[in-house]
Amino acid sequence: MVTADISKAVRRVDAVAKCEGTIKYVSDYAFDDCLWGRLVRSSIPRGIIKAIHLPQMPDGYRFITYRDIPEGGHNYLHMIATDWKCFAENEVRYVGETIGIMVGPDKTTVENLREQIKIDYEEQTPAVTIDEGLECKGGAFVNQDNIHCRLSLNVGDVDAAFKKADKIITETIETGFQEHVYLETNGACVKPEGDHYVVMASAQCPFYIAKSISPLLGVTPDKVIVRQTTTGGAFGGKEHFPDVVCGPLLLAAYVMKKGVKMVFDREEDIENSVKRHPSKVVFKTGLDKDGNIIAMDSTVCYNVGGYLASSYVVLQRGCFHVTGCYSFPNIRSVGLGVATNTFPSCAFRGFGAPQTLFAIETHMDHIAEMQGLDPLEFKKRYFIKQGDTTSTNGKIVERVMIPEMLEQVMKASDYERKAKEYKWGQGRGIGISFYNHGGAFTGNGEQAIIKARVKLHKMKDGTVEILCSQTEMGQGFHTILPKIAAHVLEIPMEKVIFDDPDTSRVPDSGPTAASRSTMIVGELVERAATLMKPRYAKEEDFTVETHYEHPDGFPWDQNTFQGYAYLGYGWGVCAVEVEVDPCTAEITTKGIWSSHDAGHLIDERIVHGQVNGGVIQGLGWGSTEVMQNVGGHFKQTSMSDYIIPTSMDFPKQGVYFVENPYEWGPFGAKGMGELVFNGSAAAYIDAVSRAIGKRINSIPLPTEDVMGYLMHGTELDAPIEEVR
Amino acid sequence: MSTMKTEIKFTLNGKQVKTTTDPLRRLIDVLRNDFDCKGVKEGCSEGECGACSILFNGKMVTSCIIPIGAADGQEIMTIEGISQTEKGKVITDAFADGGAVQCGFCIPGMVIAAYYLLENNPDPTEEEIRLGISGNICRCTGYDLIVESIRLAAERGRKLWKK
Repeated sequence: MVTADISKAVRRVDAVAKCEGTIKYVSDYAFDDCLWGRLVRSSIPRGIIKAIHLPQMPDGYRFITYRDIPEGGHNYLHMIATDWKCFAENEVRYVGETIGIMVGPDKTTVENLREQIKIDYEEQTPAVTIDEGLECKGGAFVNQDNIHCRLSLNVGDVDAAFKKADKIITETIETGFQEHVYLETNGACVKPEGDHYVVMASAQCPFYIAKSISPLLGVTPDKVIVRQTTTGGAFGGKEHFPDVVCGPLLLAAYVMKKGVKMVFDREEDIENSVKRHPSKVVFKTGLDKDGNIIAMDSTVCYNVGGYLASSYVVLQRGCFHVTGCYSFPNIRSVGLGVATNTFPSCAFRGFGAPQTLFAIETHMDHIAEMQGLDPLEFKKRYFIKQGDTTSTNGKIVERVMIPEMLEQVMKASDYERKAKEYKWGQGRGIGISFYNHGGAFTGNGEQAIIKARVKLHKMKDGTVEILCSQTEMGQGFHTILPKIAAHVLEIPMEKVIFDDPDTSRVPDSGPTAASRSTMIVGELVERAATLMKPRYAKEEDFTVETHYEHPDGFPWDQNTFQGYAYLGYGWGVCAVEVEVDPCTAEITTKGIWSSHDAGHLIDERIVHGQVNGGVIQGLGWGSTEVMQNVGGHFKQTSMSDYIIPTSMDFPKQGVYFVENPYEWGPFGAKGMGELVFNGSAAAYIDAVSRAIGKRINSIPLPTEDVMGYLMHGTELDAPIEEVR
Repeated sequence: MSTMKTEIKFTLNGKQVKTTTDPLRRLIDVLRNDFDCKGVKEGCSEGECGACSILFNGKMVTSCIIPIGAADGQEIMTIEGISQTEKGKVITDAFADGGAVQCGFCIPGMVIAAYYLLENNPDPTEEEIRLGISGNICRCTGYDLIVESIRLAAERGRKLWKK
C-alpha cells in the first residue's frame, strides 16, 4: 500500500530492468525488415551548393534530398519557428546541415556510398562567434542584421536612475557551448504502416516530432504516429533535435516504401547535434553614493546558430532570469538572438536561464569585491521576497525561503568561518550562489499554447492506466506519476500502469520539458485520480479526463512580456569550496552543499538524484566542458576530448531541502529538474576566484586557463569598468 | 573489405559458444548482434565511457575496442550472466534501493564495475568505490547514489564476497 507521506522514497519502477540490461533502447530493436539510413551533411559552415556528384548506386540504394518531397509537402521542420529546413536546398548555413540521406539494405554499403558522394560548394565567409554574428562578418544572412530575434524588458526608469547614479559599472560575462552527452546517442526508425507512418525514437516529446515532420509529406500530424523508446538521457538534447533525425527518415520511408532506421555513433552525435547557447551578457549597473544598486541594464546575446528553431523562447527565459534572486528598482534588459554559422543551439537543462543566472551572480560578486564587501553580505541586501516586482513587472506569488536555505547551507559548509579565514588569492576559496527557475511554460503558455490533457482509465481488474504524453528519460517520471495516482486512489503502485507514450493512444499533455511534468501534468493526474476515487470501487471500466486551467488573477501579455511570468519558482542556494595547487593550477573541489525549494517533494530520493546530477552537470559546464568552434567546426568530437565529470572529479554532496508546498502543484510539488543545474557553476567560479585572487568573467574554466590567470598577473582580471 | 572468416570458440556467461566470423569484428558487435547480449551498451565507441564493460577472463574491459578474434578460447561474462548470479542480484537490488539508476544507459556497465570492484575489494571505502567506477561515465546521477549503492551492496553481500 502507499505510505502516509508521498515524499518517502520508493524503488523506481524501471531500476531492476535497467540494471539487468533487459530494457530496450532504440538501438536494441532489430527492425530487421528496415533499411539503413545515413545523413549526408554539409562539410562547410557557409556557402552555396554548386553540384552533388553521386557514385553508381547498386539496386536498392538511393540518395534522397529535398527534391524527393512530394507535391503538397514542405521542406521545413515545424519546431517553434519553421525556418529550420529538413534538407538544405541551395545554401548551407552550418557544418553538419543535412543535405540528403543515403539509404539501402546493408549498413556498410550505405556508409561506403555516403563517403563517395562529393559535393561542390561556393564557399562564403562564416560568422562563428556572437561578435562575428553581430558584425555581420561575411554579410548578414538572417534579416538585415543577423538578429534572429529580440526582446526588451523594462521596469521603472533606468535612464533617470543612471542620471542620479554616483557610479556606473560595466562588465561582460560569457559562457560557452555545452554538449549534452546523454549516454545514449540519437536514434530512430520510421516505418510505413497502412495509410500512416510509425516513428520509434529516443525522444523527449513525441507530439513535437509528429507536428514537426508531418508537413514534409503534406499530411496531418495524426498520420505520423510516434512511439517513444526508452530514452537514455536527454537534458533538452532530445526535445526538438529528434525532429532533425526523424524528418529525413520519414521522407526516406515514403520514397522507399519501407522502414528506415538510423543510430548515430558518438562522434556523429557530438559533431552534429544541438548544444547549449553560448552567451554574452553586458551589464551596466548604476550605484548610489553608498554603493547600493539603483538600476541595472543588461544586453543578453545568445549564439543561436544557423536557424532560429526554438531559440526565441530560450532567449526570453534568459532575459526573464537576468536579475536572478534579486529585486532592483529599475531594470532594463535587451535580448538578442544572434545568427551565426554554427549548428543551431537548442534546449539544454535550464533553457536559457543558466547563462543569465551565472552572469548576474558573477557580476554581483565582482561589484561586492570592488567595494571590499563579502559577496554574500552584498547580495543579501537585494534578496527578492513574496510580493516583490519581477523583471517582467509581475509579482512573486509564493513565499521565498532563501534566508532559510542560506542558513542550512552556511551551517553545513561552515561558510562564515571559511569566507573570513580564506584570504583573497591564498589558494583556498569558498563560493556561494543563489538561483531560481520559473516552473513550466512562461505566463499563460500552459493554457494558451500547451492545453495539456490527461486521462485515467480504470479497468475491470482494478488496474488504472495513466494516459498522457510525458516521457521517462531518466528523471524518474515513470515512478513519480504512478506514485501520485496510487497515493490519491489509495491503491498499490503496482496497480497503476504508465507506459512509454504512443501518440495514437494518449492525449497530448505537452512536452516533457520546462520542469513542467510533475508540476503541471502531475497536478492533472492528481485531479483525475481525485475524480476517479469515489467511482473506483463501484464501476468496472471507465475513464476520467482532466485538462489544464490557469488560476485567475495572474495576467500575462505574451506580446509585451509583461505580467506574471511564472506562478511558482524553484529556488536554490549552493556553496562550493576549492583548493588550488599553486604549482600545477589544479583545482580540487573540497565540498559542495546545496539547498533547494522544490515545494513538497514527491519522492525524496528521486529529487536527491536530480540534485546530484544537475549540480555536477553545472560544475562540468563551469570547469572542464570545453567545446570550441573553430571556423565553423566543433573541435571536440569525442568523449576523450570533450571532458564531462567522472566519479573522481567532485566529492560527495551535502543535499538539503526546505518544505514550501506550492498551491497549484500535486501534493504541493514544484518543478526542479532544471533548477538544480542553474547555480553550481557560479558558486564554483566564485570559489576559484577567491582562491586565486582574480576576477573571472567567463566559463568554462579548465585547469590550463587557471594556469593562465595565475601566470599573467592582474591584467587578466576580468575588465570591470567604472564609466562614471 | 571482408577478411577471412574464422571459427571462434569462447565461453559466454558460462556456456561454450562458437561463431564463424571476421576476427576483426568488434567484440561488442558480436555480443550484441550474434548473441543478443543487448545489455552491452555502446556509448562512445572508443573505450572511454565504460557502458560496454564486460568481464574478460574475470577482468573488466570495454568490449568496443577488442576484436572478437582475441576472445578465442577465453571466458566472457556480460551483464546477462552477471545479473543472474547471486552477487549480481545483490548489486542490482542495492542499485534499485539506493537510487543509483536514472536513464539506465550506463548502468549495466556500472553493475559490472561494481561486481569487479567487490570481487577484488569486498569492503571498499568511498574513495575506493569512486576509483573503481571512474572508468564508467554517468551523465545523470552525479555518482553519489551509485557510490552509496555499491557500499550498500558490499554490506548486504558481506558473506558472498568475504573469502
